[in-house]
Amino acid sequence: MNEQALKEFLYKMADDTLIIGHRNSEWTGMGPILEEDIAFSSMAQDQIGQSLALFTLLHQLGEQEPDTVAFMRNANQFHNCILTELPNQEYDFSIVRHFLYTTSATLRWDMCTHSSYEPLAQLAKKVKGELRYHSLHARTWIQQLGSATEESISRLQRSLELAMPYALGIFEESPFEKELVAQHIFEGEKRLMEKWLSAIEEVLGKTQLVIPDLKLIQPVLGGRKGQHSEHLQPLLDEMSEVFRTEPGAEW
Amino acid sequence: MYGGGNTFEGIKTDSLAQEDPQKLAAFEARIARGEKIEPTDWMPQLYRKQLIRMIEQHAHSEIIGALPEGTWITRAPGFKRKMALMAKVQDEVGHAQLLYSAAETLGKSREEMINDLISGRSKYSNVFNYPTFTWADCCFISWLVDAGAIVNQLANAKGSYGPYCRALDRICAEESFHLKYGHHCVIYLASGTPHQREMFQEALNRWWTPMMHFFGPSDKISAHTEILMRWKVKMGTNDEMRNQFLDMYVPKIWELGFTIPDPALKKDPATGKWAYTEPDWEEFKRVINGDGPCNKERLAVRRVAEERGRWVREALKSPKMNYVTPLA
Ligand SMILES: [Fe+2]
Ligand SMILES: [Fe+2]
Ligand SMILES: [Fe+2]
Repeated sequence: MNEQALKEFLYKMADDTLIIGHRNSEWTGMGPILEEDIAFSSMAQDQIGQSLALFTLLHQLGEQEPDTVAFMRNANQFHNCILTELPNQEYDFSIVRHFLYTTSATLRWDMCTHSSYEPLAQLAKKVKGELRYHSLHARTWIQQLGSATEESISRLQRSLELAMPYALGIFEESPFEKELVAQHIFEGEKRLMEKWLSAIEEVLGKTQLVIPDLKLIQPVLGGRKGQHSEHLQPLLDEMSEVFRTEPGAEW
Repeated sequence: MYGGGNTFEGIKTDSLAQEDPQKLAAFEARIARGEKIEPTDWMPQLYRKQLIRMIEQHAHSEIIGALPEGTWITRAPGFKRKMALMAKVQDEVGHAQLLYSAAETLGKSREEMINDLISGRSKYSNVFNYPTFTWADCCFISWLVDAGAIVNQLANAKGSYGPYCRALDRICAEESFHLKYGHHCVIYLASGTPHQREMFQEALNRWWTPMMHFFGPSDKISAHTEILMRWKVKMGTNDEMRNQFLDMYVPKIWELGFTIPDPALKKDPATGKWAYTEPDWEEFKRVINGDGPCNKERLAVRRVAEERGRWVREALKSPKMNYVTPLA
């Protein structure tokens, strides 16, 4: 098995879930209704937990401790897609981003249940159950707010247009795409994107939202290579603010 | 979390004269026998009013209390702490949800209560009007403010109003995890580097007065609440609650080698009562009336959250929307 390809793949999944989990946790105490505070918080907990599990797999492959890897790297060493690091903005953007991201994550983990890398396949079976709830939550809100009031529909439409170029960046290919596919570690970003498109079309088709014409959209890439927006480094600085004050200390 | 520091203004019992004396006597007899009062049972207006006030204050304290700790979720050092703190603060928001529902059984809607919170008409626990400067402040809250809350809540769970007691039973079960988490965090600071120890000592110095304030003004100067005690709305005097807290936690703080900033603090072995320097009750009044270090900030955050979420709540009312129950 090409270990470099595998590690690269695990890092991008771990970084995605860590960063989106961080953003979702920012809704704690700030949600539009208490029930949404609670929902975003519980999804964030699952996501941070998933990233810990992935960093633990990486640690078993010889990488540093999960805490060190998560809290001590700088932005250019992170391989999350840029979509996950964008600020929460209003609830409409957060829920649209959550829908676009979670749909891809659910499909990705589902594909990972067939991975030839057995520890990942095992983990994926467990994570799938958590993601079923995340997907249900996202779909429910998108379907409802996407057909409720004029304001909710137009807010979601605007956010959808804003988020879409970044969402396409989820599927930025890694330099090891061929190896991943050939060794059955993962079926590849192209396959994932096809599945994702039909999944989001199905949900959005039940709403009054219009999917932007993808042929006219320039995907925002770079995240998978460590080229990020200006939003990631401040997020990481905040995340590691306490951790970095006392290197080596236990908390 | 925070049943603590409920404020009861001087109770005017005039309205009792208008109550049916037979019903009132039967109501008091039920409470004396230890029965629970349920939402559809007869109750005096004054009982209803005081309970709404107390449960609402408690609910507000849970959501406002989520803010000072909530700002440390994104900064918690390491996976273990981050995940535990997220779960804890989420519980607190869940407590608010339970408590608003309990108060709603008495006839005031969640929306009205939240409006009264952000307009400043109703109160919440004073302790959350103080800032959390460092991670150690956040640990102080998780351990000791929650500990204080548990003292109050365990007592209130034996009160007379059924829905409130049942909410508190569930809440207390979760609070015991918070307490364990908070204590664990402080143990790590205590046994950590000199800087970590110092961080907690400084937090303790900052938080001791608000912690003493937490249980409300001393019995000598607080409003008379005999009738609320008889009706089992209030389950102990402020000084009794404070003494119970000191008795349980001062030894634990000392055990970790920290210094509590009150040289007068000591237990009288004969009476079991703790002696301490009365905290500045003028400061308490000032803060509870809106002039504390963080009152404005806390309410502003809440107000912005309400404001920004309005379109979502409007959409929820739309007939095309059939999502009502949370999927949590
Ligand atoms: Fe609580
Ligand atoms: Fe708590
Ligand atoms: Fe609490």
